[in-house]
Amino acid sequence: MADTLESTTFEPEPAGPVRVPALGPVGMLRWAWRQLTSMRTALLLLFLLALASVPGSLLPQRGVNPIAVSDYKAANPGVSPWLDRFSFFDVYASPWFAATYLLLFISLVGCVLPRTGQHWRAMRGQPPAAPRNLSRLPVATSFETSESPEAVLERAERSLRGSRFRVVTGDGWVASEKGYLRETGNLIFHFSLVVLLIGVAWGSLGGVKGVALVVEGEGFANTVTQYDQVTPGLAYDLGSLAPFSFTLDDFRATYEAGPVQTGAARTFEADLTVIDEPGATPRQVTVQVNKPLNVEGFKVFLVGHGYAPTFTVRDARGRVVFDQPVPCLPQDGNFTSQCVIKVPDARPTQLGFTGFFFPTVIDGGGPVSYFPGAENPEVYLNAWSGDLGLDDGISRSVYTLDTEKLAAVKAKASDGAPLVVPLKPGQTFTLPDGLGSITFSGLQEWTTLSVARDPGKELALVGAVGAILGLLLTLFIRRRRVWVRATSGADGATVVEVAGLAKNEASGVEADVDALVLALAPTRTSEPEPNDRESDLRE
Amino acid sequence: MVDEGLAKISLELAYSAMAVYTAAFIGYAVAAASTAGKRDDARVRADLATVGAGGPGAAESGAVVAAAEAVPETAVSDGRFPGQKAAGIATALTLLAFVLELGSVLARTASVQRVPWGNMHEFTLTTSTVLAGGFLIVALRDRSKQVLGVFVVPCVLLALGLSVTVLYAEAAELIPALKSGWLVVHVMAAMIATGAFALGALFSALFLVKERSDRRLAAGEIAEPGRVARLLPEAGSMDRMAYRINAFTFPLWTFAVIAGAIWAENAWGRYWGWDPKEVWAFITWVVYAAYLHARATAGWTSRGSAWIALAGFGTLMFNYFGVNLLVNGLHSYSGV
Repeated sequence: MADTLESTTFEPEPAGPVRVPALGPVGMLRWAWRQLTSMRTALLLLFLLALASVPGSLLPQRGVNPIAVSDYKAANPGVSPWLDRFSFFDVYASPWFAATYLLLFISLVGCVLPRTGQHWRAMRGQPPAAPRNLSRLPVATSFETSESPEAVLERAERSLRGSRFRVVTGDGWVASEKGYLRETGNLIFHFSLVVLLIGVAWGSLGGVKGVALVVEGEGFANTVTQYDQVTPGLAYDLGSLAPFSFTLDDFRATYEAGPVQTGAARTFEADLTVIDEPGATPRQVTVQVNKPLNVEGFKVFLVGHGYAPTFTVRDARGRVVFDQPVPCLPQDGNFTSQCVIKVPDARPTQLGFTGFFFPTVIDGGGPVSYFPGAENPEVYLNAWSGDLGLDDGISRSVYTLDTEKLAAVKAKASDGAPLVVPLKPGQTFTLPDGLGSITFSGLQEWTTLSVARDPGKELALVGAVGAILGLLLTLFIRRRRVWVRATSGADGATVVEVAGLAKNEASGVEADVDALVLALAPTRTSEPEPNDRESDLRE
Repeated sequence: MVDEGLAKISLELAYSAMAVYTAAFIGYAVAAASTAGKRDDARVRADLATVGAGGPGAAESGAVVAAAEAVPETAVSDGRFPGQKAAGIATALTLLAFVLELGSVLARTASVQRVPWGNMHEFTLTTSTVLAGGFLIVALRDRSKQVLGVFVVPCVLLALGLSVTVLYAEAAELIPALKSGWLVVHVMAAMIATGAFALGALFSALFLVKERSDRRLAAGEIAEPGRVARLLPEAGSMDRMAYRINAFTFPLWTFAVIAGAIWAENAWGRYWGWDPKEVWAFITWVVYAAYLHARATAGWTSRGSAWIALAGFGTLMFNYFGVNLLVNGLHSYSGV
């Protein structure tokens, strides 16, 4: 089969075991290149890629969930440093993962480029001449007819052209081929994967993504300082963030109140007033989970939400020293949320509060939330007085209270148990020892918004769609060759040989040959072949 | 919003379908047993008849011929096979069970007022229906493959049984993340692909059984094929069937992954984030890509590539059961 459809195989495989040629450095390089671009290596690399992907799905990953990574490291102090050393917490950004897919892509390009040249020549060339001995081909048949060889061949040519074969004729033969798009599709598929990879790389280099927590009534301007966390691509300049801004007017969450899946989220909606660029007319946008905001090449998505009760704190002098919503971090599905309030302006001593917010309590049922919606909210707080430790210049999270230099405020007339302040909206609690008072003065919601820009995603999509189209062409178009030879036999009849060849499976070349024979052969009188066994039985 | 009466009807239809599938399985088992027995009987009798007809003893040969004709189902030459009647009845039962199961899917759809693939119960129910439907297409077009129902129907039954028991989830509205037109596109593609890959894997597995039996027969290690191998069509035809199914399904799986990526970009702000579900979808894709390459590589046997196809299906099953139930990720929608 040396001169048959070699262009539909991948790299010509060396027959037998591979011999290392004694050719010096250039020869060795050529040999290495041939090995890398061989189908066998591609297969091996595919398996390696699948295998290399596995650990990232079983171990926590920094790119997906950094907190889970810290938890894992704390729980497994022995093995974690080793896992970290070999990038097992960053599998998809690890050198060995990159090495695998880059080698695969090099192998791919090295294989596909020469094939593109071959295919180009095949597309411009003609089907190869009919082999001398057609009966040796896998699909072959012959019959006799009274027509002249020329007439048969002419009809064969017409019939094949009618079936959209590419036809070439010669002395006593007709050669034809069909299904070139199969290889075209194959090449499109592989090149599309390269385009996809470029799109992914471009997006990750030139893109940026960040997360910001915004409370109802507050705004966000697209600058670095407004983000809680921002990760620019290597080639992205954070100074060039598009200057849009928006205000979170309202956030609404609804939950299942029926008996099935009680408390499961049903809708999230955020009403935003967006200003596309300084001076532009504000526009109203409602963002939902599957309906992000598009603004200046950025997309803004809802990724999380919670409650921000508003507290008003008066100090010993009776002055309002704190009056703002405090975002509390949800701890469970019913939005039991942890709150930290820092009041650095209180005098004579600074005040701090820690505690929990419960969106729906059952009166008398204690500090437990029964439903994620704010049906009957209540907070339970502990109070602290002393030094909040904010003046030493070390940045601290607003979500934790450093109690090192703080004293817990004790409940009055008790044996020193810490004070617990239960508050419902509108209620005020006066702290003992004239420290001041705290009022649960309102309830807002907050939402975390993910802001992302990915300049490569359109290109990635083009690559993905191209890959599918290429696949469809290469898997459903069948490439095959059909040859006809007609010669004058000894008894004056014309012997017609028809043969077909296809490299790919389920090619349907048999049907092509049958159809051609049907078109060329004289009306047949022969009966179906008798079955030996049955005729024996009947005798 | 959710009609619980219809959800109950859906469940009852599913249980009815299970009963009928069980009856169909018994029918296939009978067909399989008689096929395995009688194919041999037929061969022996036919051989005897041939010998008898060619031999001198006319009376003796007549007796043999009579014996052979007394078993009309053993007519191996006209394309029919012994046990076909049982297989035909079983296939009719499978069709009935399929209609019941389809009814179950439709009732669930009407109950929840959306596509019935929002959790593992619904997804498994629908996938099992797709698998049964796919098999019926094959079985009704080619009667010689009907007897393979003895392998397919238990798979359908298993999926259906899991769906209405351990995976069952009460009819409910969707969480916000799933409320998207992409649910229809992405999950439907994934579901059809899963059902089709399952069918392809089944053919690959049966091919391996038959191929091994053929090899051992040729090597003289066994005198005759085993019970299972005797049932099976020719090895090459199952291999080609497996390839056709997998080659058809690979672009569909690619599409499912890409549709998922587009949806993820719309809902989460990135089209690919190496969420465990995404990782395993990628692994499945790579393994089936390796399968198609192995098919096109000289030096790889059909046996080798059949094993790759089975490995690919294994990754798919891990993605479905392992990732949904064991690993915590963004696709934790099992409802279990």
